[in-house]
Amino acid sequence: MKPGSSSSHPVDITKDPKEIPGSQIPYEKFLDCIHCGLCTAACPTYLETGNENDSPRGRIYLMRAVVDQRVELSDAVRGHLDLCLDCRSCETACPSGVQYGRLIEPFRVDIQKMDARQGKSSQQDWFHRWILYRLFPYPSRIRMTLVPARVMQTLRIDKLMNALKLTSLLPDKLKRMNDLLPRLKPAEPDLPEVLPAQGTQRARVAFFTGCVSEAMYSHVNRATVRVLQANGCEVVIPKTQACCGAIHYHSGADQAALEFALKNLAAFELDDIDAIIVNVAGCGAMLKDYGHIAEEIEGVSAEHKEQLKQLASKFKDVSEFLFELGPIAPQGEIPHSATYHDACHLVHAQKVQNQPRKLLELIPGLNLIPLNESTICCGAAGSYNLTQPEMADQLGKRKLKNILDTGAQIVISGNVGCTLQIDSKLRQSHQPLWVAHPMELLDLSYRGQKPAF
Amino acid sequence: MVDDTSQTINLSAPVLEKLEAGSRPFSLLIQKLTGIVGKTGILYNADELLVYECDGYIVDKSAPDIVVFPTTTEQVSATVKICNEFNVPFLARGAGTSLSGGCLPIGGGVMIVLTRMKQILELNLRDRYAIVEPGMVNLHLTNALKGTGYHYAPDPSSQGSCTIGGNIATNSGGPHTLKYGVTTNHVLGLEAVLPDGTIIELGGPTAEVPGYDLHGVYVGNEGTFGICTKAIVRLTRDPEAHRTMLAVFQTIGDATRAISEIIAEGIIPSALEMMDHGIIQAVEEAFHFGFPLDAGAVLLIEVDGLEVAMDAEVSKILELCNKNNVREIQRADTPEERMLIWKSRKQAFGAIGRLSPSYCTQDGVVPRTRLPEILEFIEQTSAKYGLRIVNVFHAGDGNVHPILLFDERDQGQIQLVLEASEEILEKCLELGGSVTGEHGIGVEKINFMSRIFNETDLATMEKVRNIFNPRQICSRDKVLPPHGSGNATKVTQTHPARRAPH
Ligand SMILES: Cc1cc2nc3c(=O)[nH]c(=O)nc-3n(C[C@H](O)[C@H](O)[C@H](O)COP(=O)(O)OP(=O)(O)OC[C@H]3O[C@@H](n4cnc5c(N)ncnc54)[C@H](O)[C@@H]3O)c2cc1C
Ligand code: SF4
Ligand code: SF4
Repeated sequence: MKPGSSSSHPVDITKDPKEIPGSQIPYEKFLDCIHCGLCTAACPTYLETGNENDSPRGRIYLMRAVVDQRVELSDAVRGHLDLCLDCRSCETACPSGVQYGRLIEPFRVDIQKMDARQGKSSQQDWFHRWILYRLFPYPSRIRMTLVPARVMQTLRIDKLMNALKLTSLLPDKLKRMNDLLPRLKPAEPDLPEVLPAQGTQRARVAFFTGCVSEAMYSHVNRATVRVLQANGCEVVIPKTQACCGAIHYHSGADQAALEFALKNLAAFELDDIDAIIVNVAGCGAMLKDYGHIAEEIEGVSAEHKEQLKQLASKFKDVSEFLFELGPIAPQGEIPHSATYHDACHLVHAQKVQNQPRKLLELIPGLNLIPLNESTICCGAAGSYNLTQPEMADQLGKRKLKNILDTGAQIVISGNVGCTLQIDSKLRQSHQPLWVAHPMELLDLSYRGQKPAF
Repeated sequence: MVDDTSQTINLSAPVLEKLEAGSRPFSLLIQKLTGIVGKTGILYNADELLVYECDGYIVDKSAPDIVVFPTTTEQVSATVKICNEFNVPFLARGAGTSLSGGCLPIGGGVMIVLTRMKQILELNLRDRYAIVEPGMVNLHLTNALKGTGYHYAPDPSSQGSCTIGGNIATNSGGPHTLKYGVTTNHVLGLEAVLPDGTIIELGGPTAEVPGYDLHGVYVGNEGTFGICTKAIVRLTRDPEAHRTMLAVFQTIGDATRAISEIIAEGIIPSALEMMDHGIIQAVEEAFHFGFPLDAGAVLLIEVDGLEVAMDAEVSKILELCNKNNVREIQRADTPEERMLIWKSRKQAFGAIGRLSPSYCTQDGVVPRTRLPEILEFIEQTSAKYGLRIVNVFHAGDGNVHPILLFDERDQGQIQLVLEASEEILEKCLELGGSVTGEHGIGVEKINFMSRIFNETDLATMEKVRNIFNPRQICSRDKVLPPHGSGNATKVTQTHPARRAPH
């Protein structure tokens, strides 16, 4: 009997389901996949390796085989699952509506938990413990950590360190983080709790500030708020809001993620607002998923499940919201060519694709050039850049080539993760392109200013 | 290439080595193949071979013993030679979207996966051809041609992921086949590694090549004539204009009469697709596109060509639809509207996946004028077996795809689905049609071959196969029914396919 054939697997019924990752996933979700293969060429990792094990169909097959106990979760199997970017391009491509994210995410949480029980948890290493858990959720801490970087950049010491290859003395992951660091702008003063609408008030919205973006891209947050105001929105910014918890959830710390979700539940007054605006695609995708996630995490009360579902339905990406509201056309000319990159967490996870383009088309003078493979991941994918450096670099190069082929002067991205990645790839190849958030361009146009880059 | 055995009609496949994991020859084989494709170009552990045990056809499963990912023709040839040396069977795999089990490695062996050979080697717009590697995804070629005024015409519904090599092996068609023809009409020449490892070139970029049209023979071989390593394909000029419309009919009869009359008029629509009552309901339940729920059939009609000719063609089509009691016609003249209509045609399948836990698509062909009969028969079969069957298909060329809805966890239903499918395909034959429009014979339909062809026909085909693949070392037991010998691995169907229609 062949190793792979269906009747050859011994099912060990005595095995504790806890020891089989994915065994709690509703089995119908696996059955939804009819094995047609229409998703394969939409998958960035499969495009790179050509290996079915690195394709969505293959990964679903592997996960199901682990649940069916046809294969062990060997290092090889794990490697193929770890290589997944969770970019959800496969969900967009799948005509049968397979919810790939609802398979891989709980599956990964299970793996992490198994590891933790066996004492080889990734949560135990310094990187996860300190950087991912203690630093990322807190904008103020990130900002503090960035102070030396800012000082160094201002004094050009960073360049010197790079030139002397001193940065190569840093541990690999820190070095990669250092490479990702953009040219930092001075941190802006804190946002007030309420900002008035300009002109007639058309909506009242809350604004989700995000941790990485508030620390590194506070100017994007300011631009977003101004664009909302210019469109007649009163904006409230609750001080008690917390990190979305995506990093924690995705690295298996689901209880920590739940705590953040509950903090956010308490922070936003739902009855009082039309929407909660998010300008970071990665956070937006997580926040909109609170309802699903509450179902998957153990020990969530029925009441909390219901409330988190309601909270989740309030989140809107800023482009999505403005497009629905009906944007007020900006007047200022931006005489540049630009190309729009689809962040996975916008286009695939939130199905926001045309709205930002439609908004950008309103800007006088801006020439939007289509980007080949615009919906293929740039390799940033949250902390993927740090955990799967090789694939992240391959995909970064692929994206860079497609961007440079357009000849555009500006790359537009609606996600900090992508912005960091694309910006760092551009810097490495000494390209002078500006990576901007759609709201930065709209803001400039509303204010009649020209970009300086 | 030709050896003595290939002259006999009743040739039985020679016994090929079965590989035993861990055995010495197996390790040696791995060592040699690694020498060719490198460490990152080979898989041989069971846990990584599992995903290669089936393609889009999931009824039968059998994993290969080794998978290799060559990147050049020379690597393919060297791999094939090693397989011959070890007397181990091998076969090609592209994207694995075959719906008939074309990629099933019967008896194991080496699977040669071409997904890393995906470059465009030459684009020649002046002479209207492109030379591509076989692993190139069909749609990627068309994407690369965007803005040049040309495209690659064959557009199977799986075009977003299937490969040109797979298209050539299965002679793929698609919605635009009606006007533009199938793959073979667009292949000018190719390079292949024969089952003994020799590299040959057939045809070429110029229109007429003297001698036998061997690349014509090669296209549609379903992987049994060696491995295609390069293709010279024709580029088609983009039409100057399109007109796309949806015509809603009260009955299937009206819709099919309209189809026949449109074609009798000499108009060749670039696409003519039909969705029946059942699928309209399915699509509505899932997506709320706004199709009238009580309609008997909806036709998606697209014409293309010169701008000046469009309006006359459209008004003729409208006239013929009106004559056949069309209820309403929705026109899509802007690119956005056109995209929306095509999306709804493609999304139809997603809707089915959501409606029913399992389904099975059949692929039959009847002469266009017999469409009402086959559709009526399908309806009767549905009632007879108490199974829901819906239809969405390429009406223009009489290629029907009845989709049988069921639940694979219910053994009783599975048997019914198998019987109902068989009856429908029998009926297609009875009406003068065939049992596969475009999915190929593979392993799935192999038992039908002797019903479609007589002994002499089959024997002739076998002779042709034996010229290319005398020892059946390449993709054994496909297309032609194995006969006469005890060592042929027979695949019996026990379970209907559960897969996407298109
Ligand atoms: C949802 C869906 C819709 C589909 N729609 C259509 C349609 O509209 N029209 C249609 O015709 N088909 C359709 N198909 C069937 C399938 O997509 C086609 O047969 C396609 O051409 C297969 O290409 P592939 O790259 O996936 O080949 P594979 O499935 O990998 O292989 C198919 C066969 O080709 C052989 N092969 C592959 N590459 C080579 C090579 N380089 N050299 C020699 N042999 C090779 C294999 O051995 C196998 O026998 C559909 C399938 C699905 C799942
Ligand atoms: S995930 Fe969807 S597209 Fe991919 S194989 Fe499964 S059903 Fe097909
Ligand atoms: S989420 Fe992205 S990387 Fe993962 S399988 Fe889907 S397409 Fe591939």
